[in-house]
Amino acid sequence: MCSDVPALVVENMRKRFGAHEVLKGVSLTAREGDVISILGASGSGKSTFLRCINLLETPDEGAVTVAGETLRMRTRRDGRREAADRRQLDRIRSELGMVFQSFNLWSHMTILENLVEAPIHVQKRSRAECVEEAKALLEKVGIADKADYYPAHLSGGQQQRAAIARALAMRPKVMLFDEPTSALDPELVGEVLRVMRRLAEEGRTMLVVTHEMGFARDVSSRVVFLHQGLVEAEGPPADLFGAPKSDRFARFIAKEGR
Amino acid sequence: MGALPLTLEVWFLSVVFGGLLALGLTWARASGNWPLEGISRAYVFVFRGTPLLVQLFVVYYGLASFAAVRASIFWPFLRDAFSCAVLALALCTAAYQSEIFRMALAAIPAGQIEAARACGMSGPTLFRRVVFPIALRQALPAYTTELISMMKATALVSLVTLWDVMSVALKIRNDTLVTYTPLLIAGAIYFVVNYCLARAFAALEFFLSPHLRDRPMPAKVADVL
Repeated sequence: MCSDVPALVVENMRKRFGAHEVLKGVSLTAREGDVISILGASGSGKSTFLRCINLLETPDEGAVTVAGETLRMRTRRDGRREAADRRQLDRIRSELGMVFQSFNLWSHMTILENLVEAPIHVQKRSRAECVEEAKALLEKVGIADKADYYPAHLSGGQQQRAAIARALAMRPKVMLFDEPTSALDPELVGEVLRVMRRLAEEGRTMLVVTHEMGFARDVSSRVVFLHQGLVEAEGPPADLFGAPKSDRFARFIAKEGR
Repeated sequence: MGALPLTLEVWFLSVVFGGLLALGLTWARASGNWPLEGISRAYVFVFRGTPLLVQLFVVYYGLASFAAVRASIFWPFLRDAFSCAVLALALCTAAYQSEIFRMALAAIPAGQIEAARACGMSGPTLFRRVVFPIALRQALPAYTTELISMMKATALVSLVTLWDVMSVALKIRNDTLVTYTPLLIAGAIYFVVNYCLARAFAALEFFLSPHLRDRPMPAKVADVL
């Protein structure tokens, strides 16, 4: 699990929606095994930042490098940017496991089918191998008995754990979590956080956009605090939470109630 | 009863060709290319906005009045009442079907497509594995209605000399001077055919949507039929 090449490097990410500049040049490096919590008030650009990494939003500027491979971009004639090579984009996306706020499981497939879908049809791995691995993953997130259920038959917490397992089934190099517990009832948040904590302990590289202060403080190896599209504060959680140098961050954690 | 195959044939061919045309129209509408999109919109606007009977007469009687059409290579095709009927019905249903397809595409939850993209899916795989299966399930109820509506619309082809169920009923009515019985029998034939059609599609819908049922269970044929 150790190598000199960072798992993920994001350089100078910029994104504007119309006149509003959401990201004003955000950079971030995740070494293997890093768990980075990205905090910020709503509108700070943290979700957009995460979505720009795998190009669900197209950044106006900036470079993304996954395990040493830089995603090639080009500018179209109308001035907008896009991936220069679709295949490279698809490959890099498959190396970045994404977990969404609203789970986004495919509603017409069972949980097991959700897990094996991309490994079989994107990575072209054998069905038998994928099914076996998928069952182990469902076991790991604690919903092995729900393999043949459809997403609609599961609680939000179970759906999100299934979505985490779906992302893991791609054997991603980095996991991206976009507010994974924000759509859940309070009593379901814990089960998802437990799964995420376990992944962190296993040494997975994770970027987590979250409002869960407890997770940021106790689980992550680094915290990045975004404010109005810029990194306002960054560092190990003990430093940041212990003695915040940034007044804004101090106010933020006071407001979020830790 | 001998006329039923013709009714079914007209229906089947027009639904199939109309469906293919509808796929093209839907693709044009979703292409993001404004001339193509405009053509698709205009097509739906015209064919959905005018009576099918008018369209049928225009194709069968109207086109034949142009010398250029009579001289063209399409004339052997357009001279034939059967092909004209299929053409008119297909052109009309294409407009409705493309609207059904468009709405089905629009109703796909964006998050599910995003999830597929985030997994590295794109192009044909994305369409085949996620977009199409979800759109199909969204489209089925409205599509069934359109198929039934088309079955009934085939009765209009009796007005361009074809021997379908309706024209046989009218002929018997004329010959025997029995007023209601032939019409009631014709109505009953359409009803039975449409009933079977509706049942078949309801069954298909049932098999395709286990995710909308209470909990996982094997589909039981007996429950639907």
